[in-house]
Amino acid sequence: MQLGLNADQQLFRRTVRQFLEREAPLTTVRELTDDPAGFDRGWWRKGAELGWTSMLVPEKVGGGNLSGEGLRDLAIVAEEMGRLVSPGPLVPTNVVASALAEASTVDNHTEVLAALLSGDAVAAWVAPPPGAAPTVTARATDGGWVLDGTAEPIEAGAQADYLLVTASTAEGLTQFLVAVGAPGVARTPLDSLDLVRRFARISFDGVTTSTVVGVPDGAADALERQLQTALVLQAAETAGAIERVLEFTVAWAFDRYSFGRPLASYQALKHRFADMKTWVEACHATATAATVAAQERSADAAELVSVAKAYIGDRATEVVQDCVQMHGGIGVTWEHDLHLYLRRVATNRVTYGTPNDHRRRVADLVTADGSGA
Amino acid sequence: MSEDLQTFRPRARAWLAENMPRAADATAGSTDGRDDEAWVRARELQRILFDGGFAGLCYPKEYGGQGLTPAHQRVFNEEAAGYEMPLLLNVPTFSICAPAILDFGTEEQKQRYLPGVIRGDIVLVQFLSEPRGGSDLAGAVTRATRDGDVFMLNGSKIWSSNAYAADYGLCLARTDWDAPKHRGLTMFVVKVHQPGVEVRRIKQVNGNMEFCQEFFDDVPIPASEVLGEVNGGWAVASRLLFHERTAVGGGSPYVSGPPGVERSGEAAPDLTSTARAGGRLGDPVVRELIGEDRVLERVADQLAVRVTEGIRGGELPDSTASLLRLFMATANVRRTQIGLEVAGPRAVAWPTDEFRDGGSFGVHFLFRQGSSLGGGSTEMARNLISERLLGMPREFAADRDVPFSQVRQSKTS
Repeated sequence: MQLGLNADQQLFRRTVRQFLEREAPLTTVRELTDDPAGFDRGWWRKGAELGWTSMLVPEKVGGGNLSGEGLRDLAIVAEEMGRLVSPGPLVPTNVVASALAEASTVDNHTEVLAALLSGDAVAAWVAPPPGAAPTVTARATDGGWVLDGTAEPIEAGAQADYLLVTASTAEGLTQFLVAVGAPGVARTPLDSLDLVRRFARISFDGVTTSTVVGVPDGAADALERQLQTALVLQAAETAGAIERVLEFTVAWAFDRYSFGRPLASYQALKHRFADMKTWVEACHATATAATVAAQERSADAAELVSVAKAYIGDRATEVVQDCVQMHGGIGVTWEHDLHLYLRRVATNRVTYGTPNDHRRRVADLVTADGSGA
Repeated sequence: MSEDLQTFRPRARAWLAENMPRAADATAGSTDGRDDEAWVRARELQRILFDGGFAGLCYPKEYGGQGLTPAHQRVFNEEAAGYEMPLLLNVPTFSICAPAILDFGTEEQKQRYLPGVIRGDIVLVQFLSEPRGGSDLAGAVTRATRDGDVFMLNGSKIWSSNAYAADYGLCLARTDWDAPKHRGLTMFVVKVHQPGVEVRRIKQVNGNMEFCQEFFDDVPIPASEVLGEVNGGWAVASRLLFHERTAVGGGSPYVSGPPGVERSGEAAPDLTSTARAGGRLGDPVVRELIGEDRVLERVADQLAVRVTEGIRGGELPDSTASLLRLFMATANVRRTQIGLEVAGPRAVAWPTDEFRDGGSFGVHFLFRQGSSLGGGSTEMARNLISERLLGMPREFAADRDVPFSQVRQSKTS
């Protein structure tokens, strides 16, 4: 977990944890497996009341946070959600809410923003992974824009009420706010690895809109900022997930006896637990560093979110797979909860860019600025 | 209240620009153990820091330090990038030995050694490992026999880095053979260059000669040089090991100089320029490796911050320092591998004048396991993490609670 939190943040962590344990235990997560939405709207509104949707939005437009460092506060929620592989569109809704709040056009989005903050609406973030061009294009017409193209996989795409769409235009990268009911928007749910995190293919067939978020050709910096937010929350969630998995796997090693000794007494296994503990702490370290850098908008924030993604993406899946090995046969059953975590960390590994994508991004950053040359 | 960082940083920056010489490159001043002039230079540089009020930032003022926080040292180190710094003094003098004197020394001992260390007049070394075995440190057989106010030291120590250049060693010796092994040890401060002490240098696989072996033949040590309690040496040794794990993991608040350099002793050649020289910088696979190398470098630093701040703030136990030691070693193994891969054939055959660019990745690879051995083996670190941090059962030890004189020893040592 994040260290060095103040008393308010520590209290907030306990509140979030208690809420999730009561309102969304793993049994609930399993029950949502066959639910088309993968989360309950009423439950999401309660989370919104706890601040889950408003942390990245300034008070003057209806948001607010605990410490003045909204991203650090929200990372606490993400970590706790990782510990219980929680449902809910935390990343896309917050990314879109903060994008709308930070845009020069914020006055045009107050209604949507209010609905996102209250939990009455959720949003999907339609953006290409880092280094890739958008698969959606937009062309200017009299009084508006026309969007064409298809994007996938889009988290909460079929559940969302609003879409923040990144498109390439003749002017450059531009973002649009599109209501899902707009003519020409078609959404196809995809089967997904995670039991409750849903993805969709969204196609735009001559969709007309006049709602530009920010200014035409002004989206590159905003998109980078959104990516950083998404990666920070993803890193925190994954770090929380593997922390929990290691906890219950260590407990298992004490409880499980073979040849008259607990598993925890075998040096061959102790050494693997030592490695896993080291990796989990390193994941927390890099997640926190990325959070702080993005929070403070440091010059190296772009690099540090990718460092975190590249490291955690690889390590988290290894930790959980190794914990499966420590459990033995029960670890590869549907009955055991391990696969819930494995599904989540594998999903997080490859969404918003793979570890290799981010290693190349890091190389681009360090070889471009001269620090590596 | 210490000076706040917002005013400290510009003050440090201005002072460095005014007073410190620019480094020829990022590795200048790191040791290959072959250059005695480098030691003279390190002491001079330390003196410049001292005279400017930037030496021993985290040491208490009463012993010549500045009484500042690790955050000040980090800021100073960031600002010190590109300047010549006394890197040779970082490990073990500043980050391991002097902190242990601070922890265990009498007031008189602290006054005797610490101001000299911080001025650059005193270089320290650890005399811990013995030829009989490195990991079983508490099984030391170097003996110190008491005769009134003097202990007579006999035996041998090994793997003591840069002992030839040091002034005093912290030496763990057996003072009670009838007590179980941990309870019959005493830590002494021993003058290195004196009759009865012979220091031999050991050539390493990469050609460096920083390792040493010492032989002690009836060396008299005044009882006033006992650090900690007589037969309480294990507590001091444990503390040295704690500081060592922290230092080796890059988490020491007592080092001066650019981040990254103080840990390796010898910085690796630059990956990007090696890839460029080999015409491979555009290769996406090579770029992934460059990215991975950078990721490991950054995460190592981030973990060091997390662990040192966590220990300092009481959120993590002291034994968490072992994580740093293990992470640094495994990251180094991988980074060495990456270096070999990116350098390709240039790692094994290179033009003489380009040694730093390509060939030395091969030499670096030869010494790869050094970082998994020095500062306690990674196997010992894994024992510590699983036993101290995760609370798992300890390994069986045949010598536990047995008088040391009855413990079975190697047939040859």
